[in-house]
Amino acid sequence: MRKTLFAAATALLLAGSISSDASAADKLKVGFVYLGPIGDLGWTYQHDQGRQALVKELGDKIETTYLENVPEGPDAERAIEQLVRAGNKLIFTTSFGYMDPTLKVAKKYPNVHFEHCSGYKRDKNMATYSARWYQGRYIQGQIAAKMSKAGVLGYIGSFPIPEVVSGINATMIGAQSINPNIKVKIIWVNTWFDPGKEADAAKALLDQGADIIMQHTDSPAPMQIASERGKLAFGQDSEMIKFGPKAQLTSILDTWGPYYISRVKAELDGTWKSEDVWGGLDTKMFEMAPYTNMPDDVKKLAEETQAAITSGKLQPFKCPVVAQDGKEVECKGGDHLTDPQILGMNFYVKGIDDKIPGK
Amino acid sequence: MQLVLEKRAERSNTIALISPLIAIGLTIVTMIILFAILGKNPFAALVVYFIEPLTDSYTLQEIAVKAAPLVMIAIGLSLCYLANAWNIGAEGQFLIGAVAGSWLAVKTQGTEAGHWVFPAMLLLGAIAGALYALIPAICKVRFGASEILTSLMLVYVAELFLDYLVRGPWRDPNGFNFPTTAEFDPVATVPLLVEGGRLHLGTIIALVVVAAGAVLLGKTIKGFEIRVVGAAPRAARFGGFNSNQLILLTFAISGALAGLAGIIEVAGPVGHLQPNISPGYGFTAIIVAFLGRLNPIGILIAGLFLALTFIGGEQAQIAMKIPLDVTKVFQGILLFYVLACDSLILYRFRLVSSSRQQVARGAH
Repeated sequence: MRKTLFAAATALLLAGSISSDASAADKLKVGFVYLGPIGDLGWTYQHDQGRQALVKELGDKIETTYLENVPEGPDAERAIEQLVRAGNKLIFTTSFGYMDPTLKVAKKYPNVHFEHCSGYKRDKNMATYSARWYQGRYIQGQIAAKMSKAGVLGYIGSFPIPEVVSGINATMIGAQSINPNIKVKIIWVNTWFDPGKEADAAKALLDQGADIIMQHTDSPAPMQIASERGKLAFGQDSEMIKFGPKAQLTSILDTWGPYYISRVKAELDGTWKSEDVWGGLDTKMFEMAPYTNMPDDVKKLAEETQAAITSGKLQPFKCPVVAQDGKEVECKGGDHLTDPQILGMNFYVKGIDDKIPGK
Repeated sequence: MQLVLEKRAERSNTIALISPLIAIGLTIVTMIILFAILGKNPFAALVVYFIEPLTDSYTLQEIAVKAAPLVMIAIGLSLCYLANAWNIGAEGQFLIGAVAGSWLAVKTQGTEAGHWVFPAMLLLGAIAGALYALIPAICKVRFGASEILTSLMLVYVAELFLDYLVRGPWRDPNGFNFPTTAEFDPVATVPLLVEGGRLHLGTIIALVVVAAGAVLLGKTIKGFEIRVVGAAPRAARFGGFNSNQLILLTFAISGALAGLAGIIEVAGPVGHLQPNISPGYGFTAIIVAFLGRLNPIGILIAGLFLALTFIGGEQAQIAMKIPLDVTKVFQGILLFYVLACDSLILYRFRLVSSSRQQVARGAH
């Protein structure tokens, strides 16, 4: 008797969930796959901020679902496919490691559209998107060179992939435009997020004489260390000013909202196409946090550089780009390096007294 | 009056049978309360969690795919643990097996190699896993080094070695320097059992491993030796069993199975070698081994059950917008209750009046 009651109850509940699905059926379902937990700041948090902006703008027409903390391994394909099977028609996969799983699922479900962040493989129904963060790094390089008394920058690298290497190079090219003798010390922490390791790296860099900390990792620990020691630092991904009110010069902010809104609008209009979008300051694919803790002339310089990059007048990788070995890099893009050259960057520019790990 | 936990004279077989059921019952009650506090319909959540994944051929496949490596590794670990040898490093053996098998896949890439490639990769994976597991076993037997520490630390060595290979020598030349090898050729990938699905040959191999484990433990002298050495080392010595030899053997078997699971995972669901190929299978398998009471059939059930909680957890996130943390809490609570209830097999609660306890102590 109790068994049948339970079965009846589950049947009722199942029926209930199905009917609520039906009422939501006319809304477009949009799915997100996140690498980390959402948390309070950092990479995944910024993607979720983008999702929330999307809900705010188009909430009456769409329904969003996300899966967080999905590892970039054998589970990723299943997570993406689960979203497809739950009826999502547009799915954003927000980490590089989801590239092949996304492609596999995309081939299996040709009527569902996919958007993969920061990869290079595409298909009819799989687009890619990323941001030209190196533009922001160039501005940071100029600020750093102006603000550093020691002439030594401390750089915390995550993994020596092209995005990070091009970030270091853009920083140095920017810094050299102010001080040709600027030096940089680099520590690789081999992680995107590990407050302990990042803090240790920041301490080591300051101990080695750097007086500006730059990071390509996610946690606010380096900012806190710089702040404790009365030094200056740049944030990453998110606004980090509350971790270093007297330390943060600016921060590269990942602002995915406008992009997500435009893509979902295209999906709603039936105009979605597979594209490769590498947006910069001009399309607000990322933004710079307010310029703080610097004199007005430096702030003015930063703003001018930002405006020049936004208008396209200034190319951070303007030719000639001279590699570490003193040889000029082939200038494939007329007066600047081409996108594939930047996307596959695997060399340091002149003036960096270090070597890319594993090279 | 005092509530004490007292050792039973002999293990209670009734409790051994019903303890997992009590644990699941308590988990369900706890989760009903938790879901209710979160304002979610607890019954609907439980249906999404436990019942829906079992009603659909797609999720059933996914459960099998997720469980296969866990079961394979856990069977090997159970042999170690039964023989009182503590292999904590299955994760490392998994990675080394994946690396060794991938070596062949990378070397034969684009060479039109024949169908011998995949079986050879499996063999390489198993051998490499076994050899890697023998390092802590030999250190234990020869030098008395704690195999718990050495096997665990070798996990980090394996992780870094894999990392080095995919960032350096084996990196896909057309991959924009990202740390991954190129996708393996079709002859170097695990054959699929269902067209368009993800169910692969590895799930069958896992079942064969379960059967082999059951035969080894239940029907052979070696299996008997393993159990005696673990349960009664002195008796085993009198019986002339060589416990050192058994440590080497069980470590080698469990390393081979972990290595096999590793190469199957890389050549199957992942499709190439990259830094993150395991969401901690080697460690989760330890839980599976104990949840299955170190018994091959039990391990099969435990592996499938744990896989069900992963897949059900994802569906709960999607269908009911239940946060990931809650699905993790769910798994944690379940394990907690299982282990807590298991202690009732060997122990029981008794109400003891404090005066009697004093008398008992005085009598000693």
